[in-house]
Amino acid sequence: MVDKVKTDAVEALAGLLFDGMTIMAGGFGLCGIPENLIAAIREAGTKDLTVISNNCGVDGFGLGILLENRQIKKMVSSYVGENKLFEQLYLSGELELEFNPQGTLAERIRAGGAGIPAFFTRTGYGTLVAEGKETREFDGEMYVMERGLTADLAIVKAWKGDAEGNLIYRKTARNFNPMMATAGRKTVVEVEELVAIGALDKDAIHTPGIYVDHIVKGARFEKRIERVTTRQKEQA
Amino acid sequence: MAWTRDEMAARAAKELRDGFYVNLGIGIPTLVANYIPEGMSVTLQSENGMLGMGPFPYEGEEDADLINAGKQTITELDSSSYFSSADSFAMIRGGHIALSILGGMQVAQNGDLANWMVPGKMVKGMGGAMDLVAGVKRVVVVMDHCEKSGAPKLLKQCSLPLTGAGVVDLLITELGVFEINRGKTPVKLIELAPGVTVDEVKAKTEAAFEVAV
Repeated sequence: MVDKVKTDAVEALAGLLFDGMTIMAGGFGLCGIPENLIAAIREAGTKDLTVISNNCGVDGFGLGILLENRQIKKMVSSYVGENKLFEQLYLSGELELEFNPQGTLAERIRAGGAGIPAFFTRTGYGTLVAEGKETREFDGEMYVMERGLTADLAIVKAWKGDAEGNLIYRKTARNFNPMMATAGRKTVVEVEELVAIGALDKDAIHTPGIYVDHIVKGARFEKRIERVTTRQKEQA
Repeated sequence: MAWTRDEMAARAAKELRDGFYVNLGIGIPTLVANYIPEGMSVTLQSENGMLGMGPFPYEGEEDADLINAGKQTITELDSSSYFSSADSFAMIRGGHIALSILGGMQVAQNGDLANWMVPGKMVKGMGGAMDLVAGVKRVVVVMDHCEKSGAPKLLKQCSLPLTGAGVVDLLITELGVFEINRGKTPVKLIELAPGVTVDEVKAKTEAAFEVAV
């Protein structure tokens, strides 16, 4: 009988990693990243990865630890400004980079997961992003054709999940995770809370279990914050 | 006296209207939130997946799962909602956001905007900027009038890679306000900061513009 629940991140990825593969990793900045699964990929040492993720972590955390270990060959991202090592590797030619506008990236992943091979968007028309791509006029406006995106593996972070793989995300930690869950040929999820089947409100499930192959309760969540910003309490 | 950063943000806030859904970029645009007029209902969208951004949290109340697009910790309001990046950009690209206020490196008289890359030097990426300028109904750019070197930033043509072609409606700098109108009409200087002269603006601007102050 199929059991999606795995005991740890290493077991959850067993047999799914190979050199030269394409991996989608959820998260925006360090918010909602699958930090336990990233650490397990670092441990496995899988090389020549193409990683599709909005950002590439920071120096020393998140996807940044795969960069440090030189496991990433190419990044597909919208913004990588938080990472000195990234810039250095890119400018020296050791790392390939494909910039996608953030909305285009999100839509490409949604399309890929939904079996839509391409779509047209106004975003990027008349810019570097449109170079080499088909453009077309619809109703007097110009659009750029963008391709759907899939990956060998999607690694996803959710707040709560059950053994069926039903998932609920929390606040802005949702970001790219739901689309990526649909676009991996295999999808592995780490959750903060693995709950009993029936415990989740069925009307509140963000990702239905059909998209999830393996689910694991993360051993440790550091949940680092990139820019702690606070205000003063008003004086009484 | 040219406008300060806060005065530029306050001027940008005059573009807000009651009931607007608005996206504010990083830097001076973020400060616009401090100048929303009393009694006006303005909902702030954060493109990482939230409508109804609240203020920064009190110390000790930060939540790692609750950040804005600038990766700063924020809070929610009773009216807030959360959604995925795909839903967020459906709002942006689908024309549901009324106003985008963002920073710029260069603006051209044809309405072009460059704000995401300096070839060979700065490798950061466009984030959501290309989607915002392509999909939001009205685009307001707030930027310094000149580079630190003194080189003008309001140009005949952008020399940096574009974020969008013919997308800027209004430009606010420390010297004044320019109607760009997506390049469909000649650029018009419509306001001057106190004490700034038309001659000073002309000396610091490459683009051709009409004066309507």
